[in-house]
Amino acid sequence: MFDRLSEGFNSAIRKLSGQGTITEANVREAMAEVRTALLEADVNLKVVDQFCEQVIADAAGAEVTKSLKPGQEMIGIVHRRLVDLLGDGRTEDGQPTPPPGIMKVSPGPTIIMMSGLQGSGKTTTCGKLAAYLKKRGRSVMLAAADLQRPAAVEQLNIIADQANTDMPGGAQVHFYGEPEKCAEYGKAVGVAVAVCQSALKEARRLGVDVLILDTAGRLHVNDELMGELHGVRRALNPHHIFLVVDAMTGQDAVNSAKIFHEKLEVDGIILTKFDSDTRGGAALSVKEVTGAPIRYIGIGEKLDALEEFHADRMAGRILGMGDVVSLVEKAQEEVSEAEAEAMQAKMAKGEMTMEDFLKQLRTLRRMGPMKQILGLLPGLGPMLKDANVDEGMFDKTEAMIQSMTPQERKSPKVINPSRRRRIAQGSGTETNDVGQLVKQFSAISKVSKQMAGMNAKSKVEAVKEMQRSGGMDGMMPGLGGFGGKGSTKSKSPKTKSRRKKSR
Amino acid sequence: MIKSVFSKLKKGLGRTRESFVGQLRSLLTGRKLDEALIGELEQRLIESDVGVQATARLIDGVRTDFRAGKLTKGEDVLDYLKRELKSMWPHADRALHLAEQGPTVILVTGVNGVGKTTSIAKLCGAMRDEGKTVMLGACDTFRAGAVRQLEIWAERLGVEVVKGMQGGDPAAVAFDACAAAKARGVDVLILDTAGRLHTQDPLMRQLSKLRSVVAKQIEGAPHEVLLVLDATSGQNALRQAEEFGKSAGVTGIFLSKLDGTAKGGIVIAVRESCDLPVKFVGVGETPADVQPFDPDQFIDAMFAEDE
Repeated sequence: MFDRLSEGFNSAIRKLSGQGTITEANVREAMAEVRTALLEADVNLKVVDQFCEQVIADAAGAEVTKSLKPGQEMIGIVHRRLVDLLGDGRTEDGQPTPPPGIMKVSPGPTIIMMSGLQGSGKTTTCGKLAAYLKKRGRSVMLAAADLQRPAAVEQLNIIADQANTDMPGGAQVHFYGEPEKCAEYGKAVGVAVAVCQSALKEARRLGVDVLILDTAGRLHVNDELMGELHGVRRALNPHHIFLVVDAMTGQDAVNSAKIFHEKLEVDGIILTKFDSDTRGGAALSVKEVTGAPIRYIGIGEKLDALEEFHADRMAGRILGMGDVVSLVEKAQEEVSEAEAEAMQAKMAKGEMTMEDFLKQLRTLRRMGPMKQILGLLPGLGPMLKDANVDEGMFDKTEAMIQSMTPQERKSPKVINPSRRRRIAQGSGTETNDVGQLVKQFSAISKVSKQMAGMNAKSKVEAVKEMQRSGGMDGMMPGLGGFGGKGSTKSKSPKTKSRRKKSR
Repeated sequence: MIKSVFSKLKKGLGRTRESFVGQLRSLLTGRKLDEALIGELEQRLIESDVGVQATARLIDGVRTDFRAGKLTKGEDVLDYLKRELKSMWPHADRALHLAEQGPTVILVTGVNGVGKTTSIAKLCGAMRDEGKTVMLGACDTFRAGAVRQLEIWAERLGVEVVKGMQGGDPAAVAFDACAAAKARGVDVLILDTAGRLHTQDPLMRQLSKLRSVVAKQIEGAPHEVLLVLDATSGQNALRQAEEFGKSAGVTGIFLSKLDGTAKGGIVIAVRESCDLPVKFVGVGETPADVQPFDPDQFIDAMFAEDE
């Protein structure tokens, strides 16, 4: 999503890298380009000007002009300033901001109130938060306090059911709603408070861990409806108040977020529709303008498409550095350490079967759309901009493996032309596809056996070798060994970019 | 009649006026024009979502006229802007295209959360008030509660709605809706579609398919493809117009939530960089809060001084 912005930054940095001596004028010139890119990205004008001035000042202070690698130095400065902009790790009163998370209280439940403009995605986000908590073993109740929008109560009910049945995790997702209290716009004001209170009673009775209140969308200038939110706040005293903001929001709407914050003292912002091609203006402005930190981002239509927001990682993504930390975390959510070790041991002995392969493929796909996953790898983001990752290909692969007998899955060597025909028929594919899959599988298991004893650098070489030999046909890069024991320690942007250079 | 439309628009634009033009007015009134003031003006325009491109053009114009001595006072600039903005909308065809005979099909599209369903209710109410029979097609089979939301509106407005299975094929619903519209001899069929981000290729292709299904069913259909844009969105709205234009053959824009933004500059940005006419604006919460877009009236309302 930050394509244009990344381009703006990168071209500015390239310009500086190419020059022997750099003057402040050079830096200013390069930043002018960045300024236009930021403005076109809907970043708030004041934020843009402040940011550019700070970077220029930092550059002068750090004597980028005397540095041997001015480009590198600039990346460092811009990264630091971006992190500040996205969330400097301090709240307004100077306390360090805790990482995103939903607090635990005793006695329960933890109460979360959602607020925001119409159409920002509150109801869907309620479902995503529920799925997020369920995955972490905490039971949730979703309460429908949006009595204005037609069918909002039903929508939340369906979402609660989906979260309860389809999403992974051991806890329950409950729903509370009083659909008979709905009314046309503006006529149910005040009723919401009563609904929230009964929801709390019910949540206590059931002993759920977290109660999420889905309120009606409203304009910050609608005093009556803002009064309703105040009423809910006074009556229930929520532990978290989240403001849901559409990432495609314009310059002005960021101001409305500010007014929400002033009136409600929200303690965090959830940015939605992050998977659009918004240039990220809202993301870059909202913290600076409102003073409230971004806590979560919504990155897709499905209920598991919610990520915690980390300023340093996001800054890395904007500068095209990828986000390996998030990738590793995603992997760890899906695969336990023990599972990963068992798998590695298997592969080292060359005992990987089609069954394992299928399992890994499914795990990988659970982490999100392939394009999104690949985008987290350093340096891949820009390349993926126009690439179309065909998810259908993975469906095909799953179908083929599922059409194999247990024996075939265990030792694919037995797959002869007749079996190949049968598998193709069973999975609705061509015999060629089956042949291709078997070939790829044997290439991957061979390489992963070799790789087991190697260090990181030779691993990369081995994968490259495999790509050259056409064994993968770009099908599933690096499936072997995936989900391993990667370190979650963040690498500094400098080392990351250095690594990128050395390749 | 004209008077009432004007005052309604004025009321709906209340915040736009107070804030966008109001700020410009207080910035410009009683000041001598100079480079510093032009700089401040540029800042205001950018902050109002007018867009970098349109702002640059307007500011260049102001600067040229200033240097030529044609503009000297702040008030001159207000007049200049009003004139310039009005001239941005040449006399284009902003009427709804209706079928000569048989049902007119209006396909309504847009990204998630822009207010498609509410906008449809508004359109539906307006056409019903003109004495047309209207039928709704609930082709948003994806979002939970979307069909029910449309049904509730249909009940309130007293029109029929054709629906399918939750999670079913939206094109199949469109097919059924077309058949029903023909059989029942209604004047207008409005199809609601699921919100989709314009970056989601498969979903955009689904929209093209839906369009071609409708075209096969009823000659000349869809007669209108309206893209609903959220007036509070930023410059991304331009990308949406481009992508939806490609996949769905958009014929006009329904600009929603204009009452929700203090600035509304996106109207200008949309005009500056895409050829699609804005046909309607939504300026409130009730079904009656819809106006055909008339740029002259719109700009007059924006620049109107409080009596």
